[in-house]
Amino acid sequence: MTTAPAKAGWRFRQPSVIPGFGLTLGFSLAYLTLIILIPLSGLIWRSAALGWADFWAIATDRRTINALEISFGTAFIAAAVNVVFGTIVAWVLVRYNFPGRRIVDAMVDLPFALPTAVAGIALTTLYAPNGWVGSLLTPLGIKVAYTPLGIIIALIFIGLPFVVRTVQPIMEEIDKEVEEVAATLGANRFQIISRVLLPGLAPAIVTGFALAFARGVGEYGSVIFIAGNLPYKSEIAPLLIVIRLEEYNYPAATAIAAIMLGLSFAMLLVINLVQTWSRKRYG
Amino acid sequence: MADPEIKSYAPHHESQSAAVTESRSARAVLMIVAFAFLGIFLLLPLIIVFNEAFSKGLSAYTEALSSPDTRSAIRLTLLVAAISVPLNVVFGISAAWAIAKFEFKGKAFLTTLIDLPFSVSPVISGLVYVLLFGAQGLLGGWLKAHGIVILFAVPGIVLATIFVTFPFVARELIPLMQEQGNGDEEAALSLGANGWQTFWYVTLPNVKWGLLYGVLLCNARAMGEFGAVSVVSGHIRGLTNTMPLHVEILYNEYNAVGAFAVASLLAGLALVTLVLKTLLEMRYGAEIAATRGH
Repeated sequence: MTTAPAKAGWRFRQPSVIPGFGLTLGFSLAYLTLIILIPLSGLIWRSAALGWADFWAIATDRRTINALEISFGTAFIAAAVNVVFGTIVAWVLVRYNFPGRRIVDAMVDLPFALPTAVAGIALTTLYAPNGWVGSLLTPLGIKVAYTPLGIIIALIFIGLPFVVRTVQPIMEEIDKEVEEVAATLGANRFQIISRVLLPGLAPAIVTGFALAFARGVGEYGSVIFIAGNLPYKSEIAPLLIVIRLEEYNYPAATAIAAIMLGLSFAMLLVINLVQTWSRKRYG
Repeated sequence: MADPEIKSYAPHHESQSAAVTESRSARAVLMIVAFAFLGIFLLLPLIIVFNEAFSKGLSAYTEALSSPDTRSAIRLTLLVAAISVPLNVVFGISAAWAIAKFEFKGKAFLTTLIDLPFSVSPVISGLVYVLLFGAQGLLGGWLKAHGIVILFAVPGIVLATIFVTFPFVARELIPLMQEQGNGDEEAALSLGANGWQTFWYVTLPNVKWGLLYGVLLCNARAMGEFGAVSVVSGHIRGLTNTMPLHVEILYNEYNAVGAFAVASLLAGLALVTLVLKTLLEMRYGAEIAATRGH
């Protein structure tokens, strides 16, 4: 493949002796367009074709609003829980030596590897009123399965590795000398952790939170078994899409999907900005 | 790492180390919290899958697995993975070659687009194909006129699976190949190898463990995908039911042993995936290092 002589400094690509650029880029773009871009733009096109009045009616439907609130609310809480415990898990894995550390480390990826439907029925069985965990909680008056609390439990399971795997590599890179310097300057352990270590980990923690949150908002398989799926109470947005599809109510399914996509992307944008800001602030 | 010579000057070893790590009791508390959390959220669900699957004995377990519907669900899952994983491998290698070996305008944007399926809900990944190929879809009429069936059939399941597993191989290979640079390929080319030989004898051996790592994760997701496949499958028993969908059907029929028996196969797949993944990280950590995490 020969490149045309560059005009006035702008060229699509830098010259290279390595062959295959046209073939591999062409194939990749064609595949990406066919599998991802055309179907996704179909969704956007269909929701645009709805017209503003119809779209607004679906978006402000009580059931839609409740489902979106439940999805985003439970995903937020679960991601927050994972930030706390995921960071502790990462810390224990990075800093402490104990027998079986490798196995525990590998276990953290279980939610990535375990099919969501399997996680869903396993968690439901555990937290059902007569389940291993549920039977311990029922006397305390805590109902987990078939309530929003169950959704949070499922989303904690799904989101945990996102936080651990984002924070862990950054923790491994922390230079111990920084802590030693802080210690010689008279800081106690608590001050070192809160003033020296945590600020450095903040961007990673925010990223982990964002990944867990984004995954939780869209999660379906593990949630629908444990949620109980009561409209207005424990019905998540992805399930409402499925229900509308089964009713052949394509406009409603499309509109809810478009709202979810829009909110997710807006959220990722905000989190990206926060990250850039915290990186600048804490380097 | 601290210089041992300097360390020996430190007069109070104990207080020094106390300042750079937690006290014994704090350490114990943190470890107990971490283990309890992992035990409740990761270990218990795994144990209960096998416990429930074998709760009525081994014969009930094997009986559940030998039903014709279960058999055909297993076959369909294997078929779908056998089509979608190789396609995503070809795409992943191709995209990684273009992105890692060349400098071109819009590269960062292309890399972002490749990750797009990860930020889309699985249900939406299925929905987009329904909107495209369904009876009321953009291409629905045309497909019907030509007698082509995509939705509620194997092609639709394959497409939805490709969508959700799309980034796995590419995102393993891109950082790895970027880190390795172009030196080896340029040497091979200058020695007279053609492009294909360079790829086959130089690049592929360099990235083989990273590629295997990506294939492993891609396959686990392809076999386990539920949401996207559920939307496009139509849930026709014996025809368009994959293993995860079959788990749902059996569970909703209150056939706990059957549901957990099929689930135990999927959990077994997850465990094998984790073991292989850990072995790859241990043995070839350096060769897949660029890709650790996800």
